[in-house]
This record gives sequence, structure tokens and C-alpha cells, in this order.
Amino acid sequence: MSTSLLKDGDPAPYRAGSAAQSFLDVRDLRIHFKTDDGIVKAVDGLTFQLERGETLGIVGESGSGKSVTSLGILGLHRRGSAKISGEVWLDGEELIGASPERVRTLRGAKMSMIFQDPLTAMHPYYTVGKQIIEAYRVHHKVSKADARRRAIEMLDRVGIPQPQKRVDDYPHQFSGGMRQRAMIAMSLVNNPQLLIADEPTTALDVTVQAQILDLIRDLQAEFNSAVIIITHDLGVVAEVADDILVMYGGKCVEHATAQDIFRRPEHPYAWGLLSSMPRVDREVRERLVPIKGNPPSLINLPNGCSFHPRCPYVERNGIPCKTVEPTLAEGTQDHSVACHIPPAERQAIFKSDIAPSL
Amino acid sequence: MSTSTQSQPAAAPQRGGEYLLEVQGVEKHFPILRGAFFKRKVGAVRAVDGIDLAVKAGETLGLVGESGCGKSTTGRLMTRLLEPTGGKVILEGRDISHLGVSQMRPLRREIQMIFQDPYSSLNPRHTVGSIIGAPLQVQNIKTAHGQKREVQRLLELVGLNPEHYNRYPHEFSGGQRQRIGIARALALQPKLIIADEPVSALDVSIQAQVVNLLDDLQREFNLTYVFIAHDLSVVKHISDRVAVMYLGKVVEVGPRDGLYAEPLHPYTYALLSAVPVPDPDRRDKAQRERVLLTGDVPSPIDPPSGCRFRTRCWKAQDICAQEEPLLRELQPGQTVACHFPITTEERSGKGAQAARAAAAEIPVAASTDPFAEPIA
Repeated sequence: MSTSLLKDGDPAPYRAGSAAQSFLDVRDLRIHFKTDDGIVKAVDGLTFQLERGETLGIVGESGSGKSVTSLGILGLHRRGSAKISGEVWLDGEELIGASPERVRTLRGAKMSMIFQDPLTAMHPYYTVGKQIIEAYRVHHKVSKADARRRAIEMLDRVGIPQPQKRVDDYPHQFSGGMRQRAMIAMSLVNNPQLLIADEPTTALDVTVQAQILDLIRDLQAEFNSAVIIITHDLGVVAEVADDILVMYGGKCVEHATAQDIFRRPEHPYAWGLLSSMPRVDREVRERLVPIKGNPPSLINLPNGCSFHPRCPYVERNGIPCKTVEPTLAEGTQDHSVACHIPPAERQAIFKSDIAPSL
Repeated sequence: MSTSTQSQPAAAPQRGGEYLLEVQGVEKHFPILRGAFFKRKVGAVRAVDGIDLAVKAGETLGLVGESGCGKSTTGRLMTRLLEPTGGKVILEGRDISHLGVSQMRPLRREIQMIFQDPYSSLNPRHTVGSIIGAPLQVQNIKTAHGQKREVQRLLELVGLNPEHYNRYPHEFSGGQRQRIGIARALALQPKLIIADEPVSALDVSIQAQVVNLLDDLQREFNLTYVFIAHDLSVVKHISDRVAVMYLGKVVEVGPRDGLYAEPLHPYTYALLSAVPVPDPDRRDKAQRERVLLTGDVPSPIDPPSGCRFRTRCWKAQDICAQEEPLLRELQPGQTVACHFPITTEERSGKGAQAARAAAAEIPVAASTDPFAEPIA
């Protein structure tokens, strides 16, 4: 989990061009959109690795660049409107520079995605079965009957009752939870090795959410796939993720194991997220401690550390938070933080000021 | 069905006065119509089907449940944005169930509502000043220093810049818009505010700001809240008492701490155990003891007989299908509608794991919704 952030204009990132060692290796990914108001730097220098069988949780608020990242990995941005740089290595193959045709053969087969809202992600005009069959036949030369058998098998695997009958239903005839299951069936029909779930449970009720998270966990164990789960819900990532990457303003501000993020977080933004979250498993606190202000605009990111206008520790001991951008540096083992406060001091602040009020 | 609705005295004492708002056996059935020219009624969605709730002055009553359980409809019945098809809504001892629009208008000063979606609940063509000032104009209220001053006072109260009086909603972020909605609800100095999912559209950091604001306003103006939400952590934080709804019925009501620590209804128990625990060290234990309900909530068009939860309940017996359980008080202040409430042994360790295993055994019921099938 060695990670680094580089400023614009720096030479190509370390190890650039060298073959990847990890299953998924994202290096200095930048995705910028040109708009009338200026350049939206939705993702600005993101680097992380992921192995098969592992789950990475990407956490952040709306507009932090989480979804843009996932679409970028899958090559789903239109090349005309999005300016993408950096490298994405999937199983030794670079995707950003690859031809759209090559990426298309990988998408849906080797890597696939579960979207947030299954009602808009599925086509209302075709039956659920037909959509799953299509996804299968694009990548496999099989007869329609075989593909249909496979679709029924997948629907059964994700827990849809009476799959032989439901395969001919339209998406609107499914309940929200069943639709999400059907979409999971569709994205898993080709046994993908990389599965990206973008807010897979946000539209669902808590009991259905528990079912779906259970299902994703089971399927991951069964197929040994690498999973990226993108969410704003810290409870969900705590349930499923091995590692957690916290994004703010298009950048990674903290990347560590799930245990570390919840037990020993070091970035003030991570502290803020944890203190603003009411918890069902603890005594009720008198007051929540919110983060002041609003998330920044990705067009006009604040200078220096983009979190500085909302940070309670800004300019502590004369640190140049407002002018110098902190780089993501590994503090302790496998725990990288982008903050100017020295690691020892951060840990002390968390212990004395933050942890007691959580 | 309709005969059994007014027979649950435990939750709503008959005396008026001590409660600010009571609903007694209130029902809302939406008719399902078929036919091209002559619409005939072929069924009804029993969105709210006979519930009793009472809200004390100064308290926060949390109303939780999954989508489609009727919690929003209940909120709209309480504010009389909907007219009940049965039962009574009583505000300060006065039956307001069937009052007309003009009769309700003076009472709207007492009850106000905050809506879920800060994007669709504000008119994009009106300025913030006219949105917040609208209740004052409708009610024809003259304030000491004019309407503009009053609106600016309200803006300041909810933490917005009073100089933004002439701005339009699109110039504000989601959290700020929700503050505008709150300012509008406060304009008439109501006693009771029904907040329908007021923070669920907001980011975590902003959500905490709005929750704290609601807390402060309650303390300052001695407000009473009915807080409708599906997020059990937020409800736990803000509520004094919590009512749990399932398929148009209240299944459990109790003081916050009691209900969260010792849920008595199997549904409450399953709901609470499904909440993701934000603690990676405890996730294995939580997952071992989590009760996962199978299938989906049945259709409110044709709800199961007897106890509505029985089709997904691991403790269901024959009696559950025959007899509808009534709310009874098992712990001080905590009432539950269940024939076989959760016992202490079932709450942790082996008992919880056994409950998880039993719940997983229940076959998923096929859709019972007669209108969900395609017309053959």
C-alpha cells in the first residue's frame, strides 16, 4: 500500500511503465472535465493497489470523486469530455492507454460494476432475463438456451425466489431489493475478477442492505474476486472492507486498514466524519460534532490543503496549511495520511481530543 | 380488519390534555381503481391501517420503519395533509380528522412540516425571502418590523446569512436548503413539527449540522418533534421515544434507551441487528448474531392475516395467523404487539445465533401482490 501524490507538472510517477505487481494497480489517476466554468478536477492524483480476494472501501461525501474514479477504471468516461491521465493496471494490462475495443471486451467479463440505482441501471423495456442473457452472450459463444440456463442459475444464486418464472419479469415487477440482486446477478454472470460496487445499498432498506452485503461477501469468498465498494456510509465499509481509502476533493487524504481508520484515524477529515456520525452501538452523545462549512467545489479547490477551510487544526504551530499542499505520506506501516501535522502529534490529538468524544 | 382497529387502548389513553397530538385507530386506505370510463374500486392499499400514537408536549417521537411501512403517510395524516379514511387525529383535545381546508388553516400555525428532499420542496422560482415569508402572508401575520426583518431573523436563527434574502434556492447547497425548509417551518412559531426524513438526503458531515440545529431549536422554543426516518442511528440520537412501524401498523413503542437495548418485537430486533456496526473489530460477532430476514415486505394491498410480520418471523406459531396481536405494555412505557416477544436469552450469544439460523430457514414467500403480476 505504498502510495504517493504528485503535484501537476512532476515527471511521470514512480514505477511508471513498469508492469504491475498487484492485481489492480491504479497510479496517479487524474480525471478532469472541461466545463464553461472551468476545469473540474474530479479525481486528481489517486494511487492505490488491490489484490484478489481483498475488499477496498472508498469513502467520501458527494462530490469527492468516488464514482468518477470507478467509472474511470472501467473506462466509462467519454474520451471527448473527460481528460484522463495516469495508469490503471488490471492483472498486468494497462487500461487507460488501451483501445476502447479492448476495454470493452474486459468490461463485463473481467471487471464489472454494480450501480446504485437498479431501476435506472436496468432497461425497463427488456425482461431481466434478457438483459442477463445479453451480458453473457456478449462474452461467451453459447446458444440462447444455454445462456438462459445460466441466467436462471445466477438469479437462483443471488436468492431470487422462483428464478425460472422471474427470469421473464420486467425490472418494474421486482422489488427494490430483488432488483439489486438481479443487477448483482447480471454483473457476476461472467465471473468477473474485479467487482466495483458503487453505493450498492444506498437506495435500500437496512434489512435488505444486510442481505445484499451478506451476498456480496459470500460471492467474493466463492469467486475470490477483488472488490471495490464505494459508499458514503462508514457503517457499510466497516462491515465489508479490509482497507479503506478516504477521499476529499478528488484526492486520497487517508488510506489504511479498516481497523486503523476506525481505531487510529490520523486525518482531521476522518476525525470529522467519525464524530459527526451518530452511532447505534454506543451510548447516545449529548451532541454530534459536525465538520463546519461545506464540501469544496471541484472547480475552485482551496489552495494548500483542500480541507483547510474546514479544519479545526489549521495553521497549528505555524504549519503552512493554506499555501502548501500536503502529500500523502506513509506514517506508520500501511497507513498513509495527507496532512501537515507531524504523525506523533496527530496521534496525540486523536487520543486526547477526538477519541473520548466518539 | 376495520373492526379491530380501535381496540388498542394501551398506546393512547383516552384522556385529552396531556398529549399534544394523538392519533387513535387512524387508517388511510388508498383506493385502487380500474376501468376506462367508469372507475371501479378493485382494492385498496392499506398504507396506514389502524394505529394509535400519542405525542407529549416537548418530546421527540421517532418513527422508524422500512420504505412502504406507512411512516410518511402517518406524518401526512398528523399534519392533515391527508384525510384519514378511519380513526381520529386529535390536536390538543380537538378532533381535526375531517376538518376542511379553511377550518384547518388557523391550526396550521400549530403544526408544521419539514420535508425530505431539499431540492424538490422549495419552489425554484421563488426567492428565499418569499419562500420563508409565505406562511406569514398566508396566515396574514403582521410582525413588529415588517416581513423582511422577520425573515432575516429566521435566516439568522437557522444559521444562514440574512443578506441572502433575495437569493434563489439553486444558489444554496443541500444542507443550506434544508435550513431554509426549517426556517419556513419555524416562521409561524409552531408547537409541533413533523420532520419527514429531514437529514437523509444530506452528507454525513452536513447531517450532523442539521441534527444539532434541530436540537438547539427544540431547546430554545420548546418544540415537539415527530421525527420520521429510516436511519436508526439518527433516530436513536434525536428521539426520546421511538415507534416502530411495519406494514401499516405500529409494532412497538417505547422509550429510546429501552427499545434500543431490549427490543421486544422480533421485527424491531431484526431491524436493529441489521444496522451495520461501524467497528471493524466487532463485525464478525455482529455478523454471527445478525438476524437476516428473508424476502421482502408483503404487499399492503393484501396483508397477511393476524400478525403482519408472521410471514417473515422465525417465532411464528399458528396463533399468529389467526389472531392479530394487540399492543400491550411489557416494560414500563414500552408496548409491543406480539404474541411471542423476544426474551433475554435470545438477545446475545447462542440465543441470537439460533434466532439467525431460524430466520434463515423461512422460505421466501412468492409475491402475494395481486396487482404486481402482468395482466394475462
